[in-house]
Amino acid sequence: MDDKVITLGHGAGGEAMRRLIKELFVKEFSNPLLNTLADAAIVKLNQNQLAFTTDSYVVKPLEFPGGNIGKLAVCGTINDLVVMGARPLYLSAGFILEEGFPIRTLERIVTSMSETARAAQVEIVAGDTKVVPVGECDGIFINTAGLGICPLGHGLSESPITEGDAVVISGTIGDHGIAILAAREGLALQTTIESDCASLHDLIGSVLNELRGVKWMRDPTRGGLAAALTELAESQQCDILIREAAIPVQDGVKAICELLGFEPLHLANEGKVVMVVDSSEVERVVALLHRHALGHAAAVIGRITGYGKGVVRIETEAGGIRRLHRPAGELLPRIC
Amino acid sequence: MCLAIPMKLLEMQGVRGTVELGGVRKEIMLTLTPDARIGDYVIIHAGYAIEILNEEEAQQTLDLLREISEIPADGTAD
Amino acid sequence: MEPLTDFRDAHVVRQIAQEIAHLGLCSPVRLMEVCGGHTAAIYRHALHDLLPPEVKLISGPGCPVCVTSNDFIDQAISLSTLPDVSITTFGDLIRVPGSTRSLADMRARGADVRVFYSSADALEWAKAHAERIVVFMGIGFETTACTLAATLAEAARTKIGNFRLLSALKTMPEALRILFAAPDVQVDGLILPGHVTTIVGLDAFEFIARDFSIPCVVSGFEPVDLMETILMLCRQIAEERAVVENQYRRVVRKQGNVRAQEVIREMFEPCNMPWRGFGVIPESGLRLRTTYSQWDAANISVELEPPQEDAACRCGDVLRGRIHPTQCPLFGEVCTPDTPRGACMVSAEGACSAVYHFSPVNHGR
Repeated sequence: MDDKVITLGHGAGGEAMRRLIKELFVKEFSNPLLNTLADAAIVKLNQNQLAFTTDSYVVKPLEFPGGNIGKLAVCGTINDLVVMGARPLYLSAGFILEEGFPIRTLERIVTSMSETARAAQVEIVAGDTKVVPVGECDGIFINTAGLGICPLGHGLSESPITEGDAVVISGTIGDHGIAILAAREGLALQTTIESDCASLHDLIGSVLNELRGVKWMRDPTRGGLAAALTELAESQQCDILIREAAIPVQDGVKAICELLGFEPLHLANEGKVVMVVDSSEVERVVALLHRHALGHAAAVIGRITGYGKGVVRIETEAGGIRRLHRPAGELLPRIC
Repeated sequence: MCLAIPMKLLEMQGVRGTVELGGVRKEIMLTLTPDARIGDYVIIHAGYAIEILNEEEAQQTLDLLREISEIPADGTAD
Repeated sequence: MEPLTDFRDAHVVRQIAQEIAHLGLCSPVRLMEVCGGHTAAIYRHALHDLLPPEVKLISGPGCPVCVTSNDFIDQAISLSTLPDVSITTFGDLIRVPGSTRSLADMRARGADVRVFYSSADALEWAKAHAERIVVFMGIGFETTACTLAATLAEAARTKIGNFRLLSALKTMPEALRILFAAPDVQVDGLILPGHVTTIVGLDAFEFIARDFSIPCVVSGFEPVDLMETILMLCRQIAEERAVVENQYRRVVRKQGNVRAQEVIREMFEPCNMPWRGFGVIPESGLRLRTTYSQWDAANISVELEPPQEDAACRCGDVLRGRIHPTQCPLFGEVCTPDTPRGACMVSAEGACSAVYHFSPVNHGR
């Protein structure tokens, strides 16, 4: 690795982070399970297939329209299990607290975690608490690890991704990224955009219970839809074409992106899933998503166009076609 | 940093205004557009309105371009 | 009317592209834009993909972050080491490397560096923090200069003494004069900067058509705007005319924004200014008038090392439109948005950044 120090870019979910993971963590820890770099590791234990994942949460501000760091910590880890086709069962919760952190705030955060977990029928079964002196951590950092069991419903299809498969998004993109941005100081923006922070167990369960044609899923968090799709293309070496005009974006998100020069495709989502679906089932998948409160804006946004270099292309609103790359450079720090 | 977009002026108090686009409201300065009136679209750059959108011209541009797009460029029917 | 989406209609864009193709231009036509917003829009909407192959789009010195020379960043970095100074800036600038480091590096080492969307917000912050000397990094062309002038006027009026401007503000006409007077320039048409022209008016660029016989059209920023502009330029070229025309009629007035011009004149005077890629261009910058010298951060004394230029960085040639970003040997391998060597890769409006993010090829990954 050439980099001398860690920069914010290393945590941004883009190029730099990918290199750090590949050239340090994967290189050192290397094993077949880790090397797939999926949202959760699928572990075989006796007769069972378990999903195991972990995430840490450093979002700022701690409380934002649509959620807080606690709700995020529960939903985010549950979602990493669910998108691997697993039924989420257990979470651990580790807290690093700064001396002086208000207990009232902590109570709100923990209550939120409890409510969110219960609603998902997930139990928080292990935890840890550490307190560090003032100035040595920013308020609160949370780590959650999650354990789930495959399959959720029929689970992920065993069929490989093929040309003609559809790419489906469960709803509007960029909501979380913009809600966080707007909640930070210095922008003088008033908006009703809220984080989409939500647990997807029921939404995805409603699809996987009925159908067998969902081949791949990801929750597009840091790095947004662009990062999720480029990862898909590279890991499967498949080529993807998406249509900008088909991607659902709330007017307010679009306006703020135009105002500040952001791309909705690069912004974090915390309550959305992107799926690759067998073409024969795509209409039914979209119909099932539409029936669910969290999936009302679901849409087909593109297709797998074949196998080649693992390239994602986008047809812009103006009709031109260009590459969609993984986002690079510093985006919004501490977005999740 | 030429980034500047049209937003609708909803409120004015002296040189301060509130503009809106897509449901998002922002406070901006009207110092550079003394003729701006509520209901105008103003072009916002770095927190200031730098010009008032001429809606008539905008409509004319759109109409002209729609004319172009209806007549096939090579004269043959679509 | 939907001011943004109305001007993105793919059908209209396609029809205009066909009109351009039907002009039957036989030799390649090189059109230069000199506005970071245009650079970004062209790449983001993939307009290259829609144009006939004989139309070539080149980027010129349109990105204010990119044309800012190292010594400006170095000055800000030195100021940031003073214990009571807070550096306030627009977003992009903090990652631009100066001679040795960037403001982001200084922030990581404890300097107080803050990003503001508007200078007016920075002034409000200064008012609330009277114990800090708040230095605002003044980069931009005339579009931004008028907003900074208005903010400084307000600081002077309300006697907010702890707010200062460090100016690297630039004006476009003189730089364009130098660019087009160069013997090796190969530009057949000029896409005039939409918002700079909004401020200064069409006549400011008359000389380009008159003295250099280069057709000029001022363009809006939406795909339809840019396509219509390219059509208008190609028509002038086909008809061997060279005049200044206005595509961005819904915003640009012939005389520009008179009030904005007045505010600039009240607060600033022209000065010589270094431009990356051009060296010092006379009368191409703006500095605060001596009446307002107490708001001028240039008067804060700091120790400065002589600026060092990165010998391998080719930003200067990119900014003059001499080379395409991909022709810089550092592009995509050594110089990427995560590890930028030059300003053109850092700024969202830089040509190198635009090519890296939006190009057909997977550079250096």
